[in-house]
Amino acid sequence: MNRPLRPDPWIALRRLTPARIALGRAGHSLPTGEVLRFGIAHAQARDAVHAPLDVEALERALAPLGLPVLTVTSAAPDRPTYLMRPDLGRRLDEASVDRLDNTHPAPYDLLVVVGDGLSSLAVARHAAPLLARFQETRSPGWRLGPLVIATQCRVALGDEIGERLGSPMVAVLIGERPGLSSPDSLGIYLTRHPRVGRVDAERNCLSNIRPGGLSYPEAARRLAWLCDAATRLDATGVRLKDDSPSLDLLPPPPADPVD
Amino acid sequence: MGYAATIDATRHVFPDLRTLLARASPLRSGDQLAGLAAGTAVERMAARLALADVPLRTFLAEPLIPYETDEITRLIVDAHDASAFSVVASLTVGEFREWLLDDTTDTATLAALAPGLTPEMVAAVSKLMRHQDLIDVARKCRVITHFRNTLGLPGRLAVRLQPNHPTDDPKGIAASLLDGLLYGCGDAVIGVNPAGDSVAAIVDLLQRLDDVRQRFDIPTQTCVLTHVTTTLRAIEQGAPVDLVFQSIAGTEAANRAFGIDLAVLHEAHAAALSLGRGTLGQNVMYFETGQGSALSAQAHHGVDQQTCEARAYAVARHFQPLLANTVVGFIGPEYLFDGKQIIRAGLEDHFCGKLLGVPLGCDICYTNHAEADQDDMDTLLTLLGTAGVTFIMGVPGADDVMLNYQSTSFHDALYLRDLLNLRPAPEFEAWLERFGITATGGRLLGLPPPALAAALKDLTGETP
Repeated sequence: MNRPLRPDPWIALRRLTPARIALGRAGHSLPTGEVLRFGIAHAQARDAVHAPLDVEALERALAPLGLPVLTVTSAAPDRPTYLMRPDLGRRLDEASVDRLDNTHPAPYDLLVVVGDGLSSLAVARHAAPLLARFQETRSPGWRLGPLVIATQCRVALGDEIGERLGSPMVAVLIGERPGLSSPDSLGIYLTRHPRVGRVDAERNCLSNIRPGGLSYPEAARRLAWLCDAATRLDATGVRLKDDSPSLDLLPPPPADPVD
Repeated sequence: MGYAATIDATRHVFPDLRTLLARASPLRSGDQLAGLAAGTAVERMAARLALADVPLRTFLAEPLIPYETDEITRLIVDAHDASAFSVVASLTVGEFREWLLDDTTDTATLAALAPGLTPEMVAAVSKLMRHQDLIDVARKCRVITHFRNTLGLPGRLAVRLQPNHPTDDPKGIAASLLDGLLYGCGDAVIGVNPAGDSVAAIVDLLQRLDDVRQRFDIPTQTCVLTHVTTTLRAIEQGAPVDLVFQSIAGTEAANRAFGIDLAVLHEAHAAALSLGRGTLGQNVMYFETGQGSALSAQAHHGVDQQTCEARAYAVARHFQPLLANTVVGFIGPEYLFDGKQIIRAGLEDHFCGKLLGVPLGCDICYTNHAEADQDDMDTLLTLLGTAGVTFIMGVPGADDVMLNYQSTSFHDALYLRDLLNLRPAPEFEAWLERFGITATGGRLLGLPPPALAAALKDLTGETP
């Protein structure tokens, strides 16, 4: 199956891009090998969307950070509801509300929420190593609040979590919509003074965090930079970007953020 | 004023026109999410029964979103051409469907009618139409536009070449671009969705695309699909901007969520015209739309998503775009749940756009969290080809590695052109033959012509 009927002579271009170029042809269609490769990638992306987050394994992976861990669930009780009702994925269920309202953490500067989003795979693979790098990179004296693991989570769930825990700032680490070539992309959404009703224009975003995309050290460095800048400005979102030309290097938020 | 219909002795009442339209709309998840969808299948049919009897004039008298609070409503009302409308002014929605399908309603009649139609009228009639009706009428519509070539001619299918790269790497973009050209794609536009949005990077990308176009003397246009305000700054800095791109929606509030209004679109339109870069015509705008964008911005005013989408075409039409396309399955399953809903929406959007006089193409696409796959895309691709869609996307292997969704591929374009005997835009077709990419008749030669072979060698250091 590796010999297409009509191989493309410009196959050397393939090393310049992850795009599926110079695929060759069988008539007007794809060689069988390409059809199967595409099918495998789609299957992996589909499975990434529906795979439940292994919360206990994530807790173990995050344990070396030495932070207390809280787990919460959105108001979307299952995956099908989560996919169809983004509004429910942005609010906590009642038990989680009670849990957070009875938690009184010591003062801190940044709350980190780790949410499954549309790819639990991304969170399982990248959240712990990224946060480990962030611990080494962030400004000295910075205090982290408890780690919150959230399931059936949209970006805006961080607003309610942050509000209930009195957070000055929340960073939501979340699995992005899986692509065919990147089923495990992690995104980070930073929101100053989180509260229910914040809109996307009030957040800053780092996208495509994975070894083949934005690397852990670079993502950690940019997050630390954003945290400092947001604290100085006392705001996140469009204003932060406008005031910071160096942030032009940041990719824009994905066209369809998972909130 | 209320509307009502009775089925099996049950009277179904709809308090106003927008509720009636929403309840009559074919089932889709976005209207359910908004709480606007019919509660039962019979209620949906009752709404259609009542809608069929609504005079078209009612849509002029009863705006769905108030004139005073929405500039898109004002645009629709103020631009309405009453004399063009007079041909169908006495019809109900149900009669209008039959009039559209009638043998004697031809291309010229529909073109003359377009300025007399409002988005609400075309959305309404689409709700009474099956797939075959949507295809049959759209096929009769013709919207021809020009920049460096001619788009929208009968028997033609154009392709947007979409050579995106996750980090805008110039060589990576060039590799996909050459691959697409060698597959005969790129006549609609060579358009890159950039990963970054700094003005300097956008200007650099615009320059690189224009260099390729000039180096090979390709009769097409290039575009970097960034926010209109960024493109305006690029124009100020002297960048070679052929087309101004912008995502648009059907309500003022939804457009504000996109960071735009009609004034900034006017400003950008004037700026692009001032460059005078089109050789055959001055259609300088490129718009993208998609059902669900207004609801996503909480800016739908209780109007169903298909009607909101049709209103976006009124915005597009006002600026005589070269291209407009509905990115139909990009938004996700909370708005269009599965292949069935995506396919229906694609056909509705194409019908509504064409009937209003907009050069509609379609990004036939889906995301990995939707219940859809390549089979659904093949179905919509084939149906839209028969409906006379102006252009489709050409994404390498159908996998966009920057935007993380699946669209149509260069291979898909080859398939559709061959299946339905559709050819590229005439100027581009002549270039493909002259340049040695295709033989006369459109068959791909499969070997890079000497000029492109040199470009390939520049990129890879190898002789292909």
